[in-house]
Amino acid sequence: MNQEYKFSFPVEGGNFDDTGKISIEIKRLLKGLGIAGDVLRRTAIAIYESEVNIISYAWRGNISIRVTDDSILINIQDSGPGITDIEKAMQQGYSTADDRIREMGFGAGMGLFNIKNCSDSFEILSETSKGTLLKISINR
Amino acid sequence: MCGGDKLDREVSGGYVGDLLSDVMANSREGDVWITCQSHQNIVAVSVLKEHAGIILVLGKEPDKDTVEKASREGIPLLVTKLSGFEITGRIYDLINA
Repeated sequence: MNQEYKFSFPVEGGNFDDTGKISIEIKRLLKGLGIAGDVLRRTAIAIYESEVNIISYAWRGNISIRVTDDSILINIQDSGPGITDIEKAMQQGYSTADDRIREMGFGAGMGLFNIKNCSDSFEILSETSKGTLLKISINR
Repeated sequence: MCGGDKLDREVSGGYVGDLLSDVMANSREGDVWITCQSHQNIVAVSVLKEHAGIILVLGKEPDKDTVEKASREGIPLLVTKLSGFEITGRIYDLINA
């Protein structure tokens, strides 16, 4: 019988006190479901970058995960300014991050690029002044 | 600084970097991470990547929150007076001796 697991975590925008907290929690849950190796490694990178993106750029967001027998489906949805030029945002090294974000070693323009690199499918929808929806999947 | 009880972990390699996305993408499990970033957000990167530990260079004192977090997560946090170049060279020699 097919078994499915779902969980969802809210992420607060602008709070740099503990970036990666949600990702650590999700990674532990996935490990508990028996996900390991390269699949776990790629999922952790994609979720971490998504969490950092919400914190860096959005007002608030949500990371939801669905684990099926074949894949890990991740939806990252945020309320925020949105991405004006998605093509540019996908380019490695392009970033709109301010100095405060860059000083901490974030905002290198690698986030979306890393997420895409770790995903088997990748879809991004964004509306200016509303927010962004990122839908990715990773095959198990 | 903390995590002394975890210092028997095997170091399989190392990674040098101050851009967190770069370290997330390219470092490996068991690496020791050499960086000049000392704020608390480095700890989550090491936890997620399952690093053997973090070494801060040029005698950089970590923030109090960084030490607390690393201690809680069991990540050894070390500080060296050496530069990133020098400490990397020494560790590289040790691993490849």
